[in-house]
This record gives sequence, C-alpha cells and structure tokens, in this order.
Amino acid sequence: MKHKTFFWFFLPTASAMLLFIALPIFSIVIQSLFTPHDAVIIVTENCDPFGCKQETTIDQEATRDLRKSEPLGKFVGLEIYKDRGHLAVNEVKEIWIESNNFTEFKKNIGNLPFYRAMAFTLTFTFTVTPLMLVFGFIIALAVNSLHHNLKGLTIFFSLLPMIVSPLIGSLVLFWMIDSRGIIGEALQYVFEDPDLSLKASTGLTWVMLIVYGVWHAAPFSFVVFYAGLQTLPMDTIESAKIDGASRLQQVWYVVIPHLMPLITFVALMQLMDNFRVFEPIVGFSAEAHAQSLSWFIFNDLGGETRLLSSAATSSVLTIIGVSILLFPVLIRTWRDFNEKSAK
Amino acid sequence: MINRSLKLPISLKVSISIFIVFWLIIAAFPFIWTLWGSFKIEADFFSKADWMNALFAPRTIAEKGGAFTGDGYYGAWVQENFWQAVINTTLVCFFVVGTSLTIGTLGGYALSRSSYKYTFWLLITALIFRAMPPITLVAGYLLPFYEWNLWGHLATTVIVLVAINQPFTLWMLHSFFQKIPKELDESAKVDGCTQFQAFRHVIIPVMWPGVITTGLFSFLLAYNDFAITSMLLSQNNQTMVPKIASFMGTTQTEGNVMFAVAAVVSTTAPLFIMVMFFQRQIVSGLTAGAVKG
Amino acid sequence: MIKNIMRLVVASAIAVFAAPIFADGHGCKISARVSIVGNEFPAIHAVADGAKVCKGSEVKANLTADHQKINVAGMSGNPAEYTSAIIANSSIVALMNNDVIRPLDDLVAKHGKGLKKNQLITINGKVMAIAFMANAQHLVYRSDILEKAGISAPKTYEEMLAGAKIIKDKGLMDYPLGGAYKAGWNLAQEFTNMYIGHGGEFFKSGSAEVSINNAKGVATLEMLKALSAYMNPDFLTHDSNATSAEWKAGNVAMMNMWGSRMGPLMDPEQSTPTVVKTTTLGDPMTVGGGSTPATTLWWDGWTVAKNISDAEAEATFKAMMNGINPKRLDDKMMPLAVWLIEGFKPGPANVGVAAAARMNAIPYPMLPYQGLLHSALGSEIVDFMQGKEDAATALADVEAAYTAAAKEKGFLN
Repeated sequence: MKHKTFFWFFLPTASAMLLFIALPIFSIVIQSLFTPHDAVIIVTENCDPFGCKQETTIDQEATRDLRKSEPLGKFVGLEIYKDRGHLAVNEVKEIWIESNNFTEFKKNIGNLPFYRAMAFTLTFTFTVTPLMLVFGFIIALAVNSLHHNLKGLTIFFSLLPMIVSPLIGSLVLFWMIDSRGIIGEALQYVFEDPDLSLKASTGLTWVMLIVYGVWHAAPFSFVVFYAGLQTLPMDTIESAKIDGASRLQQVWYVVIPHLMPLITFVALMQLMDNFRVFEPIVGFSAEAHAQSLSWFIFNDLGGETRLLSSAATSSVLTIIGVSILLFPVLIRTWRDFNEKSAK
Repeated sequence: MINRSLKLPISLKVSISIFIVFWLIIAAFPFIWTLWGSFKIEADFFSKADWMNALFAPRTIAEKGGAFTGDGYYGAWVQENFWQAVINTTLVCFFVVGTSLTIGTLGGYALSRSSYKYTFWLLITALIFRAMPPITLVAGYLLPFYEWNLWGHLATTVIVLVAINQPFTLWMLHSFFQKIPKELDESAKVDGCTQFQAFRHVIIPVMWPGVITTGLFSFLLAYNDFAITSMLLSQNNQTMVPKIASFMGTTQTEGNVMFAVAAVVSTTAPLFIMVMFFQRQIVSGLTAGAVKG
Repeated sequence: MIKNIMRLVVASAIAVFAAPIFADGHGCKISARVSIVGNEFPAIHAVADGAKVCKGSEVKANLTADHQKINVAGMSGNPAEYTSAIIANSSIVALMNNDVIRPLDDLVAKHGKGLKKNQLITINGKVMAIAFMANAQHLVYRSDILEKAGISAPKTYEEMLAGAKIIKDKGLMDYPLGGAYKAGWNLAQEFTNMYIGHGGEFFKSGSAEVSINNAKGVATLEMLKALSAYMNPDFLTHDSNATSAEWKAGNVAMMNMWGSRMGPLMDPEQSTPTVVKTTTLGDPMTVGGGSTPATTLWWDGWTVAKNISDAEAEATFKAMMNGINPKRLDDKMMPLAVWLIEGFKPGPANVGVAAAARMNAIPYPMLPYQGLLHSALGSEIVDFMQGKEDAATALADVEAAYTAAAKEKGFLN
C-alpha cells in the first residue's frame, strides 16, 4: 500500500488516539516528574459547629506567585519513582543489607506496597491468562459442534459473564460467596469446614479472584476463537483426515496453527488486562488481601487529598510493566511481521 | 465447517453436551439467581441469616403479602426514571459501535495491507496506548473538559470511549484482515480499482465475521463501561451502569439496592431478546463471510 | 419515662449548639446559574431539592459517590462548572488546599439571616463553609442480648470486650461485635477514633510531621485487634452498609456505628421486629481510662466556588440557603439527619450524636494533611489486623507511607 493511501486510511483512528491517549500519556509522564510546590503551613484559629481551636492551614498567598510562574510545580526528576510508594529504592537496599537470608528478604520486601502488589498481579496474570485461553478454546470447539438451532442461545448464555459482570460482581456474586451465601455454604459443605470463609484469608481471596477472572474472561476468548473456527480451511482438515490424523491431532496440527494469530491477539490483550486487574479487587472488597498498580492509582485519586504525581507515576510504571510483560509476544509479532513483509 | 466434516462418535457427543451444560450453568447461574431475586425484597435476597431465604422469601411474604414483588422494577423504572438511562445507553452504544467500526476497519485494513516497517511500530504504539489505565486517562480529561465545557455531554463520552477502545479494535480487525487473502484486493486493483474501491467492493463483503465480532466487543464495552461514564456524564445523561451504581450510592437506602438488582436484570433482558430474535443473523453473520484461508 | 428523660437530655444538648438569630426566608428568587456537586445520600438530596425550588435561573445538581474525584477539577476552571460543593470536615481540606472556594463573610452578612453561629465554619477568621448537619459514631446495642448475658451497656471499650466474651461464652452469639472495619477509609476511621480516645496526637504540634508510632498507637491497634476477634471473620470487607445489614439480620449485639445509620436500624419496615424493638442507642465509649470519647464529630456543609462571578456566588448562596431553610424541615426531611438548622427536633435515633457532642468529643481534624494519614492508615494497618506483623512495624509502615505522600504534596521537605 502506498504511503499516501495508508495515511488517509489511518488518519481518523490515528487522530482519535493521538488526541485522547497520546496527549494524556505525555502530560502524565510530565506530571510524574513534578510535585506541588512546598506548602507554607501556618497556625490559625478555625471554628466549626463544635467549637473553635488552633489548627494548621496552608497559606495560599505565600505560594501564589510561585505557582503562577511555575504552574507545573517543583521538578523532582525520578524522586517519586524511587519513593516508598513505588519502587522504594532506598528501602529495598536497606532490606537487602539487613536481611540474613532470602526468606527474610522476601518477607520484608512483601511489606512494601509496590512489591506486594506485584506478587498478586503477576500471580493473577500468569494463572488467569493461560486458563482462560484453554477454557475459551474448549468452549469454542464444543459450541461449534452443536446443532445449528442451539448455537444462538448457547452463545448468548456464554456471553453472560462478560455482560453482567461489573455490577453483578460487586453486588450479587459478592453476596453469593459470603460465608452464608449460596456458594459460600456450598463450599463449606464440600470441604466439610463450617468456618470456611473466602473473604477472610489471603490465599482463598486470591483463588476467588482468579476463578472470577477466568469466568469473566473466558467468553472473550470463546467468541474470538469461535469466529476464527468459521474460517477454518476445510481442505486441510480433509487431507489431515485422509492421512489418518486422530481428532486430537487434527486440533493440534491444523486448528491451533490456524488460530495462532487470534491466540496471540487474545493473549496480548489478556496479559495486559490482567496486569491492570482492578474491578474485581474493588468489587469483592479484596483490598486487604490483594492490590494492583491500578488499584494504587484508584486509591491515590480517590483519597481525600489526591496524590496526582503518585498516580501518574503508577500509571507510567503500569505501561513499563506491560511492555516488559509483552516483550516475548512482541518479538514474535516482529518475526511474523518480517516474514509477512518478506513475502 | 468442522462439525460437518467430523462426524462425532456418540461418546464424544455426550461429553461435549455434558461440558456445554456444565459451562452454561457456571455462566448463567449468577444471572438466573439475580433474575429470581429481583422479585424479592432486600432482606430476603441479601439475607445475612440464611441464603435459603432468597428461595422461600419469608420476609417478602410477610411485608408484601406474596412471594414475589415488582417493587424493585417499579422503583427503578417509574420512581427513578431508569428509561432515561436506557435511552442514553442506546445512543452511546449505537454511536460508539458505528464510529469505532468505521474508523477501525479503515485503519485495521490499512495496517494489514501495508508491509512497511512503520505499520509494526504503529501496532506496537497502539498496544502501549492500551496499557494506560483508563482511570488515569479520565482523571486527565476532567480539567480540560470542564474548562472547555465539554464535560457531561453524551458526545464527549462517545468520542472518549471510541478513542480508548481504538487500539483493541485495530488489533482485532488487523488480525482478521490478515486472514483475508491479499490476492482478492490485489486482483481488483489490477482490474483498475483504487485501493478504496477494492476495499469497498471486494473486502467489505467478506469482512463481516471479524467486524461483527469486533462490533460485539465495542458494544459490550460501551454498554458496560463504568470508569469513564461515571466520571464524564452529568446526571441527566447518565447511562445505565452509572445509574445502577447511583442506586447503591454510598449510603444504601433500604429498597434502593433492589432497584439496582431489578435494573441489572432490566439491562440484560433486552440483550437476551435481541439475541433470541437475531440469533440466526448473528450465527450466520459469524459464518457467512467465512473465507478459505 | 426513660424516653422523656432522654428527650430532655437531647434537647438541652442540642441547645448548647444553638444561638439562633432568627429565621426568615420564603420565596427564593435568583438571577444567575447555580450548579451543585456533592455526595449522594438522602439528606444531601433534600438540601439540593430545596435549592432547586428557586426560580429565575437554572439550578443543577450532580450528586454522586464520586464527588470527591470531580469537585476540584470542576471548580478549577474559570468560570467554574460547579458554583457550590457540598463537603464534610475531612473533604473541605482538598478544596482549601487547591484554593477553589471563596470566603463567605459578605454573603453571610447580606443573606445569612437565620443561620446559627455554630453553622459558620471559619478558617483563619473567614467563613469558608456553612454546615447543615452533624454526625458521629457511637454505641448501639441489643438490650435483649445484653440482658440475657447479664451485662449492662458498656461505657468503655474494655467493658465492651468483656461483654462480648460473656455473650460468646454463653453461646448467645458467635460474633457478638460489629463494626465498619473494611480495609481502607473505614478501618482508618476506627483507628482515628480509638487513637483520639487514647488521647493521642497525630502530628507534632504545628507541623506536618507524623507521630503515631508510640505507646498510644500500639494500644490503639491492640484494642482494634482484640475487638475484631469477636467480629465476623470477614470484618475487613465490612463497610457501614454491610455492618448495618449484619445488625438488621440480628447477628450482632454491640457495635460502634454512625448516628446517621440509626434511623434504618430502628425502622420496622427495614429490620426484623425483635431487632427493631431491642436496638438501643448508647453514648460513645471511652477507652484506656481516658475521658475523651473514642469517636469523632463530623459536619456536612456547603461552600461557594471562587472562580465564578459575584452574581453567581450570590445566587448560589441564596439557593443553598433555601436548601437549608428551617421551613423545609418537615416530617420527611426531619429524620434524615441530625440537622444543625434552627427548628430541628431530635428524635430517638439522634441521641447518640447528641451524646457525643455533650461529652466533648473531638471533631475530625480539619488539617491539610490529615487525609494523607488517613489513606496511609487504611492500607498499612491491614497486615497487623490479619496478624501478619506486629503493632510497631505496622505503625512504622504507616509513618513511612505518610511521609512519602506528604513529601510529594510539599507538606514535608
């Protein structure tokens, strides 16, 4: 395709992304390098319905000129990246020196918010992604073999976990898994443990979040793979059959290679989404046991005093994290691409 | 089609059926439970004493005189004007799907047909764009949107949703377009078509499985979004999801929670009817354009 | 008889607040736009509805649980989108820190007839907000369970613990205590209460330097943990809503709960008959032999934006004044809150908040950096509550997290 034709085809989508994603990313990177100017704190007398007392307040007048001349704030470079709420460089160094063995080091590192969040996020990402791929693939194969009339209904019901999840997740599911809810009691019965509570222990909360993650994401891979199965080349299957390939072999040697680009695509999107896991943590009130970078951002932006630079830094760290995570897939895409352009 | 070429032995058929039934139960159970519970009162459906109350509804019977009550629906639709949110959601979904597919197919098609190095980097950039957590993006929009009086309008939200979802749409359509053989449009171009004419007359007729699937995801995104709609829409323009969240509020008032449950059921029902009504079109849409690879 | 005495006590307690000027104000006419942003609960809806009655120009209200995320952005532009933000003593700080609200002294002088002196929130001598309702956490208990256990209503947290043990040992309830201990804001609020009850100071005086890693901080954490042992094991996921639901289901015998939540607990339409009949309000408890109740007083009020024209500010002030007009305190609005408005008659559900005021409870600190400490507490003491680390480590973590945040905001160097 000529450059010029390409340009016009690509212009609308590019301008939308530049305006609403690239520009904000740029400003967020800038934001992460600056903090508000030092506040001048004064003691004043404040009164409320319950009486008057001496309290500290910020003297707005004192920094007004400074804020006007340098509206971005104070340049701090990578300070925020290195502080305790993020990479905690100094704290990690200290822990490294003070810890006697690796277990102790690991335990102390787990006390720092960023690393604690990473432990959960990576576990979540690397269990949910493969599980949902496999699960979605099996559902797609199964639905594809159904009678024509059943397909519509099955597809609809299979999509339900995706359609109703965000609110159902926080409301109905949360109640269902309560130790007195229907799922909670069923589990107590199955495991013969009347005190079993999914919400009270860290391990069980993680399991619960992972199961939910797979449940919620399986329809996505199902639909993509199902659509992909419709373009399966019949002649290849036929010839494989003539060669005496078993059903499993047909799936392994014909279907999966055919779906490979779609599998890569779903894996890419899922790795990314799972790394940014957020909604289930809030929906299931799991903050006590599981956190993620996205949750930190939410927390920084939702507090009474909003930490904008900190949220910006966490966002940039998310992008970096995703890039590292996707690197192998990207290398693969790069190779595919080179093959494509070599053709 | 795989199913026609592979005549399945009985044992496999049975195990497939069992698996499908198992999956459907897992997928649909919470929803069916919600549907059932939406006709109860809060004290039964969210009983902290015994989950069986949700089935036998002792408090609903005591208070409403019957095991089923339509109070949740009445509250949501009549008292709280939920229909307004339904209209807003319909508008948002329609325009999000329309716009994002239009500009997405153009872009995705171009990416799949150009073999220059920059297409790779464009795809990668789009991917990096998608890595940005939406909450941060929204927090960044707030100030300029308020400043330029763009905040609160449906149109703003539509454009933001389209833009945020563009990387996903591009990637998905790109992979689908790659499955459509290049020879098709190449030969059209040999016959004297411009690139756009080739796209219009040759590619559009065969691209539907990918586009429908991508459209489905755009639709679900617009339909389900909370992070963006809750922050960018004024109260009159609220779509269904933030409206439902507002029923729950910070201080849940008795009964309002059931409005939310009834509303959740109400939001899913039209989808159900739509899929039942159009199921043949959807299934054949997914299959019709199938091309031999 | 007891009820009458209670009513008398309440009336006199409320009278301490009051220094009425006089009430007037009907027929509200405004000449410029009004746009309100605020939280989403019935009392605030009632105030916004009152503002919307005003004729002559448009009155918009955006009441949402996300109000804190949008109010600063919505008031920073010029002209600001929102002309008024409804806030509480914790959240006014963000508006002050960002310098987006205006002093109201001139408007109070011109249109503030009927405001009681204690409704005026003054910071550094300037009126910055008008308060309209109060709130506080206090004890609620089930008289029947306590009677069966043979204990009286606890005056201190130590008595509460002892009582819980008796109830549990007698097999009356598995988890006799309740509380909004959800990780995050709620848990931090309980720490704040308890730490104040122990007589602790959060900061070194006159500075933003935190100082909670001390004996009082440790005692606070130990008490919270001791209480949690008698709570439902899921306590770290229970916010006020979930805790109220537990109460209504009859699973809890004693808890420290918001005054604003008492109405629903005592409403026969919302709870089971036994629970409604036996739900009894108590005073806020003290702890560790202190005399200051382990609770905080809260107010909700409204502000007026800085970056708007004077005409808009005047219209906003008039409309909001109409929202809290004493004449609007009818049977429907009266039970929604403990109103600070002239003419409020406290009901049986309000005695706890009144008691908190009478016992000289301390208001939640209106400090620029209190919110940062609150966030740090909410996430860092969770490990201690789960038994994963000791109290001193948890407090050290809180201090470290707070210090990082305060440095970022420029409160510490």
